[in-house]
Amino acid sequence: MKASAFSYARATSVGNAIELLVANGERAKVLSGGQSLMPAMNLRLVAPELIVDIGDLTELRGITVRTNTLTIGALTRHVDLLKSSDIAAHAPLLTDAVAHVAHPAIRNRGTIGGSLAHADPASELPACMVALNASIIAHGPAGERLIPAKDFFIGIYETALSPQELLVAIELPVAAKNSAHFFCEFARRHGDYAIIGLATQAIVENGQLTDFRPAYFSVGDRPQLAKAADRLTKTAITPALLSEASKALSEELDAPEDQQASSSMRRHLAKVLLRRCVSALLDRPDLSGGSP
Amino acid sequence: MTAPLPISLHVNGERVDAQVLPRLNLADFLREHLKLTGTHVGCEHGVCGACTVRVNGQIVRSCLMLAVQTHCALVETIEGLSDSGEIADLQAAFRDRNALQCGFCTPGMLIAAQDLLIQEQEPDRERIREHLSGNYCRCTGYQAIIDAVETTARARRGR
Repeated sequence: MKASAFSYARATSVGNAIELLVANGERAKVLSGGQSLMPAMNLRLVAPELIVDIGDLTELRGITVRTNTLTIGALTRHVDLLKSSDIAAHAPLLTDAVAHVAHPAIRNRGTIGGSLAHADPASELPACMVALNASIIAHGPAGERLIPAKDFFIGIYETALSPQELLVAIELPVAAKNSAHFFCEFARRHGDYAIIGLATQAIVENGQLTDFRPAYFSVGDRPQLAKAADRLTKTAITPALLSEASKALSEELDAPEDQQASSSMRRHLAKVLLRRCVSALLDRPDLSGGSP
Repeated sequence: MTAPLPISLHVNGERVDAQVLPRLNLADFLREHLKLTGTHVGCEHGVCGACTVRVNGQIVRSCLMLAVQTHCALVETIEGLSDSGEIADLQAAFRDRNALQCGFCTPGMLIAAQDLLIQEQEPDRERIREHLSGNYCRCTGYQAIIDAVETTARARRGR
């Protein structure tokens, strides 16, 4: 289908974009790369009266590293993340994850800010933000505020952003030297939305995990941090302990059922991913076998 | 503001000035306003890849871009790539390998494949599959398409 009729305004600055959002409230939608908004508009799932195109705000595009913080501008495209040596060095989880975000033609247009603001629970980047303990920088009429990623995603396509706010950047702590990461998703076709996926980073010291934050996606209405991971931190992990944590994980997840998978299939795959993840992070093939 | 807006862009090397409604996507602009019907419209939500074109040298889904967003851009369609001879060898390889039947996906498939061949000299079959994973073909089963792209890559290395 085609998008319904709307008015169009090309924002000339962040301030101008916010003026437009303040004046139009929920009637307006921000257009960045358009790779989530345009399909939704073509399918008539959303029909904004005004599109505020922020595509010309080049100051919002780019990646900077300052001491221990990585800042990614909202208009940074997926292809930029994929090719960035700064991202590969300081947030390697993102390099791995972005390769699974859709297809080359979509990665050339789609932006990190757009993906996060859209907040599709099946998409990769929101889960990565939760796993990496990122903060979302929102700019509104009263200035900027920082929103921790775990508080940013509040439901299907729902975030903590108000209609008057613009997501302008993301801040991430630089990955520690002794950190390891893991990303894996199951999808019908490479680049499709995941049936289920897992993104995580952890500190690995003396064969033990600390700061272990496994964030699942496509198992609920927002990225889910597995509480069962607490059982696996700061301890020597045995196959028995991993089985116990897997069982707790399965009980903790309220996985939805849809055309792609039943709830029990998702819970099963969540356990498979946890096992693979812990085995990969610790480089211990002995943990990958057995029934999940 | 729902009135038509002026845009100026280059399409296949030619300057185009037009008045377009904001809701008009690039695919429909190319097909209906410029009569460049080689750009195909399949799913209209970014899944099938039939509408793939190049904007400022990068491949994009023309169904997921508004015509107004191409103001000042350089757009290249299958007509441009075909007429310039840029992909003549790739097209010949598609013919030789029977890498198309109905042809609906072919323009998008060729543009996506050429994008990979520009970036990588020696893509293996897995890389080719990955790069074309956003382009659906309902006839060939893909093997012949991968063959044709692999053959073209090999031939270009030999030149």
